[in-house]
Amino acid sequence: MKMIEAIVKPFKLDEVKDALLEMGVQGMTVTEVKGFGRQKGHKETYRGQEYTIEFVPKVKIEVAVTDAQMPRVIETITRAAKTGSIGDGKIFVRDLTAAVRIRTGETGETAL
Amino acid sequence: MIDPEQDDNRKRRRQGVFSIIGLTIAVMLGTLAVFTGSVAAQDPAATSAQVVAPVAAPVLKIDTGDTAWVLTSTALVLAMTMPGLALFYGGLVRSKNVLSTIMQSVVILCLVSLLWILVGYSLAFGPDKGGLIGGLEWMGLSGVGSEPHPVYGPTIPHQVFMLFQLMFAAITPALITGAVAERMKFSALLLFAALWSLVIYTPVAHWIWGGGWLGKMGALDFAGGAVVHISSGVSALVCAIILGKRKGHGADYMAPHNLPFTLLGTGLLWFGWFGFNAGSALGANGLAGSTFLATHAAAATAALVWMGVEWAHRGKPTVLGLASGAVAGLATVTPASGYIGPFSAIVIGVFAGILCYFAVVWKGRMGYDDSLDVVGIHGVGGVFGILATGLLASKAINAAGADGLLFGNAGQLGIQAIMVVAVALFSVVGTWVILKVVDAAVGLRVSPEDESTGLDLSQHNERAYS
Repeated sequence: MKMIEAIVKPFKLDEVKDALLEMGVQGMTVTEVKGFGRQKGHKETYRGQEYTIEFVPKVKIEVAVTDAQMPRVIETITRAAKTGSIGDGKIFVRDLTAAVRIRTGETGETAL
Repeated sequence: MIDPEQDDNRKRRRQGVFSIIGLTIAVMLGTLAVFTGSVAAQDPAATSAQVVAPVAAPVLKIDTGDTAWVLTSTALVLAMTMPGLALFYGGLVRSKNVLSTIMQSVVILCLVSLLWILVGYSLAFGPDKGGLIGGLEWMGLSGVGSEPHPVYGPTIPHQVFMLFQLMFAAITPALITGAVAERMKFSALLLFAALWSLVIYTPVAHWIWGGGWLGKMGALDFAGGAVVHISSGVSALVCAIILGKRKGHGADYMAPHNLPFTLLGTGLLWFGWFGFNAGSALGANGLAGSTFLATHAAAATAALVWMGVEWAHRGKPTVLGLASGAVAGLATVTPASGYIGPFSAIVIGVFAGILCYFAVVWKGRMGYDDSLDVVGIHGVGGVFGILATGLLASKAINAAGADGLLFGNAGQLGIQAIMVVAVALFSVVGTWVILKVVDAAVGLRVSPEDESTGLDLSQHNERAYS
């Protein structure tokens, strides 16, 4: 099993969520994060005091998938989240050693 | 997170401070009880009857319209402090300090209200002693009843005048909190506010409004340009310098955490300022109307001008700029508001928007951390407003005032300048002394750790947003 971590632009969240649901992914966890890669931040001015904000707000989507699903999930997220401009985000994949459905106690791929 | 030894020391110090404060209050109340007891023993009616004069004293008639308006204005000015100033300042600080900022304004309102009733009013407006201070004859509001005072609101109950003035006394030290935001110890602030109100505010109010030497000289300050804005603005500068900069100033992100709060506060300040200025006409009449007009015209103009200057200077018009401009206009027009027409007010608004904008922007070069721009807006605005009064005042608007330079009377400007210097010097020296006393008693600043944690948690054990 794999844990896919995708960091995307906040306004792309709905599109990515819909695309994932459409292809059969059952659920996900979403967090609001901030970060930067190559995308530049922005300036704020308050009564003459200027601040340069380097961090850019992003959204992190985490989905636990089977090894078989992984390539299609990556492709779906990429397609849905892409705008073509700097700051589109990144996808990271981690190995998932175990998974449990709390309500039923199912383990492994049936828990996903 | 809690160091037991440090906690012990803090507890001991706290107990010490509370003992002192409690003792002081007890002594004051005791003195008051004795005093009012002895006064009540006399019959005030009998006393005045003994002063049998061949000419009957003028019978002062209470005007219901005037009284209603001044009562309303009193409530309006209260709203300026709470929640007006509380939110205006609260929105400008970081979220970890918002409660402490609000607390400072509100607690000062409460503290000064009590002090004013007990002794402040008497010191400020009581029978004149040598042109410098009022006597204690009215301590505990002795002799201050429903009967109008011949000079202080001859058509309204004396108590109403006292209450109206109370709100001015309350908001003035609250303004200073802006300069020491995010780093002053709460106990220090309490002590400072109490001392400043009694030692700085009451004399200055007496000099200008209470029959003191500046008023006798003909100095014009319709609603508090010097009494409120110069005194607090200049004192704020001293406080900012003595307390020092906030930790991380210039490097850390210290942007306002809630500008909608600040704008809400601005609305309440603008709304309340009609009570502050137009209420100072002490009557529901044409003067109140013209004062209202001047106040509003200056506010709107200064807001637009500040916004425009910022737009040209920085590239974008900001809502904080619009709000700051409005407040600057309101503060600047305050001393002139009852002596000028709408076009003079617009002129004042233009200059207020420009001068105060640059005062705030250049504050950085001066090297002091006046966190919420009390100096740039109230200090600079107050000074300019008082001087502008010397230029633009017109007896055609208010016969009880005087003409300014532009209406043929060059002397007024000189008198205004003397008022500026006197109030500024007294405030600077007095504030410096008070700060030294407070520092010796309880210490001025919170510890660096407490400053990093935020004053809401470190001073008040509270969190604003969960």
